[in-house]
Amino acid sequence: MHAIVELTVNGDRKTVAVPAHFTLLEALRYGLGLTGSKQGCDKGDCGACTVLVDDVPVLSCITPVWEAEDREVRTVEGLAAPSGLHPLQDAFDRYGAAQCGFCTPGILMSAVALLETNAAPTRDDIKEALSGNLCRCTGYTKIFDAIEDAARVTSEERRAAVQATSEERRAAQAMSDEGRATSGGPAVQEAGT
Amino acid sequence: MRPEDLRERQVQSAVPAEELAELVEGLTVIGGRHRKVDGAGKLTGHALYTDDLVLPGMLHGKILRSPHPHARILSIDTNLAEALPGVHAVVTGKEMAVAYGIIPWTRDEYPLCVDKVRYIGDGVAAVAAVDEDTAQQAIKLIRIEYEILPPFLEPEDALQPGERETIHEAGKPGRNGNITKHVRLEFGEVDRLLGESDVVIEGEYFFEGTTHTPIEPHCALGYYDPRGKLTVWSATQVPHYLQRELARVLDLDVARIRVVQPAVGGAFGGKSEPFDLEFCVAKLAMKSGRPVKILYTREEVFYAHRGRHPMKLKYRTGAARDGQIKALDGKVLIDGGAYASFGLVTTYYSGQLLPAPYVFESYRFDSTRVYTNKPACGPKRGHGSVQPRFAFEVQLDKLAEALRLDPMELRRRNFLGEHKRTINELRVTSNGFLQCLAAVEQASDWKNRYRKLEYGRGLGVAGSCYISGTNYPIYPNEMPQAAIQIQIERSGRVSVLTGASEIGQGSDSMVAYIAAEELGVPLDYVRVRSTDTDLVPVDLGAYSSRETFMVGNACIDAARKLRTLVQETIALEWQVPSAQVVLAGGWAFDAKDTARRLNIVEAFNLAEAKHGPLAAVGSYNTPKDVHGSYRGGTIGASPAYSFTAHVAEVQVDVTTGVVTVDQIWVAHDCGRAINPVLVEGQMEGSTYMGFAEALMEEQVFKDSEHGRAGLHNAPSLLDYRIPTSLDTPEMQSLIIESIDPEGPYGAKEAGEGPLHSSIPAIANAIYDAIGVRMDALPFSPPRVWRALQGESPLQAWERARSGGRRTDVAAD
Repeated sequence: MHAIVELTVNGDRKTVAVPAHFTLLEALRYGLGLTGSKQGCDKGDCGACTVLVDDVPVLSCITPVWEAEDREVRTVEGLAAPSGLHPLQDAFDRYGAAQCGFCTPGILMSAVALLETNAAPTRDDIKEALSGNLCRCTGYTKIFDAIEDAARVTSEERRAAVQATSEERRAAQAMSDEGRATSGGPAVQEAGT
Repeated sequence: MRPEDLRERQVQSAVPAEELAELVEGLTVIGGRHRKVDGAGKLTGHALYTDDLVLPGMLHGKILRSPHPHARILSIDTNLAEALPGVHAVVTGKEMAVAYGIIPWTRDEYPLCVDKVRYIGDGVAAVAAVDEDTAQQAIKLIRIEYEILPPFLEPEDALQPGERETIHEAGKPGRNGNITKHVRLEFGEVDRLLGESDVVIEGEYFFEGTTHTPIEPHCALGYYDPRGKLTVWSATQVPHYLQRELARVLDLDVARIRVVQPAVGGAFGGKSEPFDLEFCVAKLAMKSGRPVKILYTREEVFYAHRGRHPMKLKYRTGAARDGQIKALDGKVLIDGGAYASFGLVTTYYSGQLLPAPYVFESYRFDSTRVYTNKPACGPKRGHGSVQPRFAFEVQLDKLAEALRLDPMELRRRNFLGEHKRTINELRVTSNGFLQCLAAVEQASDWKNRYRKLEYGRGLGVAGSCYISGTNYPIYPNEMPQAAIQIQIERSGRVSVLTGASEIGQGSDSMVAYIAAEELGVPLDYVRVRSTDTDLVPVDLGAYSSRETFMVGNACIDAARKLRTLVQETIALEWQVPSAQVVLAGGWAFDAKDTARRLNIVEAFNLAEAKHGPLAAVGSYNTPKDVHGSYRGGTIGASPAYSFTAHVAEVQVDVTTGVVTVDQIWVAHDCGRAINPVLVEGQMEGSTYMGFAEALMEEQVFKDSEHGRAGLHNAPSLLDYRIPTSLDTPEMQSLIIESIDPEGPYGAKEAGEGPLHSSIPAIANAIYDAIGVRMDALPFSPPRVWRALQGESPLQAWERARSGGRRTDVAAD
């Protein structure tokens, strides 16, 4: 039996017909074609499926899809601005914090939620916030480093924004974008696509 | 727009012209901290993994698995399943009754069992249906009649089958069909030198089985087109071997099979041979005429396994008073699980990879791999050598204590050196082991802290070595071990076509850095196309730490052919020697006068005008004269070896037995870091994985007294405990560059070596902390707590601090 569910995903209102027992993850991946969120265990153990529901990290593989109705769902596909990477994605890229990349979407969403509630997290705060996301490649070190870096970049931007007039703000943004583009070596085209 | 204007717009990422003088000498890309070429795709959710692929009309498959550890199949009835609406195809073992196995000499498994099942989880039948629910329902309708046989769960039991039916048929009459392989090799006079040793350390060790646990479960998608071409997309790390085995088992022309490896979500050796799902999606697609996908559940990943072999190891190490190792005698019993997998090689590796980085005056090992009715073990990161390395490095710690030597010093005194042969005749070239020891000694403030921390805190050291690829491919042939093709298009875009398997370690990026270095283009001008057997030259895959060394060398070979062509073209224009033409940073320029320059696209266009389209193939083959001169002497032979040293710092809570690893320093000789970011990532990931095996991980099965014999004890990511962000210690990576004479720019492996000594360093640190030896893995709270119960813990520790427990030392 199918259910028709209305979801708001990354700001878009969507209506999707899926089997009534589908989880939010299945609805995203197989109903809406948003395959960025991953299934690693299908029982809430690994965190690869983490998405934000009303800004809170949620294990979408054990969340029935109807629980997300009329709520704001955010996934990894909604992070980057059209012109570039989110500061967290950019930091992960420079620090080599994604190896196989399979846990990465979930980790990014946990990290986004952390930085939105705690602009200057300590390393222990970061470890705590990621404790529901298993990574098997990196040993976490580069992930912690990248999140610390992104927090610095984000808070610098925020400070600049508070001080600056709207015009100055645009200039500061352009400068920091330029700095990011060169600080970790040139960005490279994706392979194999 | 004039062509000149177009050129102005080209190579926007080139190095500014005024900085060209800095590019005349040295490497411009290699050694830099660059981004990965596939980073952005993985970070935005756009990279496609196998389960992200959907084809029109795609069916979903499920595999029915055996509930018995050892049983004969009497009959299979699939009628009800076939009649279920929505089911398009059902397949059983008889339809693919060709034995396969990654090692050509030990083919002992079938895509689906034919006559017998050999472990709980062995595949018996598969269905393809319109959706997963229907497929699941269908496999429940398949009726199988079994004759249950007594299972063998312990290797000692399997060695003595008596009248019981063995797991496999014996290779020769009278042999025990429960034995995969027995290897006994002796170099020098072990017995005599043991007798002449001043100190002999004897120890027995147990290394528990562990499994890879990639976060991406195995997944495969098959499609058989109406003209008879089979395509299989799979989360594999060996597309070439998969293509060959699909052809053999399905009796298809290998030229009509295309294997594509999409992005892979972690492998660690766990996807380095064909699995049942790959054959099943192919056969079900052929039977149904529709694309078929199978995604393992997490439970199935645990049962598919092919992970670390449990090993029981006994060692006798004899040494002179000055610490020189005179003899090592090892006996190893290897629990292989139900099938051979890579087990023939594992059996050799359990002995062959131990002699470096040290000098042994004599060495003997006797290793036996036996079958048991459990999921098959195979190659996990550091294949076959992690277990003996743990045991031996703890032996060295005991030896150092018996001789009242600093364990760092003991290792230095036994250092093999550069450009030497080991006792088992393996050729070692570059060797930065001493620098590794020095680096961790300094970083950990070893001299001021070892044996000086308070009760409950300790430091431990260990060393290790690993291969950079194997000198011989898995199936014997004379063709190159690695090949690559590079094409330069008129826009200046460089395409690298490679069979190297990108599994997160960065092989796509590695070849891109090399192409950019050699051809002088910015990194964003390089596109890498990997692991599609229709497009790329053959590469053997991501195993045995071979990609950087072998594919890197093949990439240099191809790129230099093109570079030479371009240099010669420009040199002729400018009337200078071609060596004076530098290709770097997006330019072709005169080394003696950087004002004379062309952007690299113009240089490529001139070369294309003169020579035709720019493309070249390159290859690498291993030296064939560097192995041992005895039977088995080719196994363990590698063109180069990496070296590692670890120091771990631990805290032990003596009331609970909980061990906390606070910090690990890891120094690794990777020859040269092509990209230090990626090398550090491998060092940290390896060290973490060793830490995980040391403290937490156990791939264990129930016996008949604790449930159903042969049932996995905890096939979930909650119960099979892998470290979270809160468990993992802080790690510091120290890169040592010994510049190997044969590696690409001097590079060697970094992906597996830095796992090994992580484990014994922790064991030795626990001894420093509490004076108790941990000779069995994992060092879980119950084990540590029990080890502390034998005597007054404080007394044991004080004895350790005052010069050692003499009980495990048999002095002459």
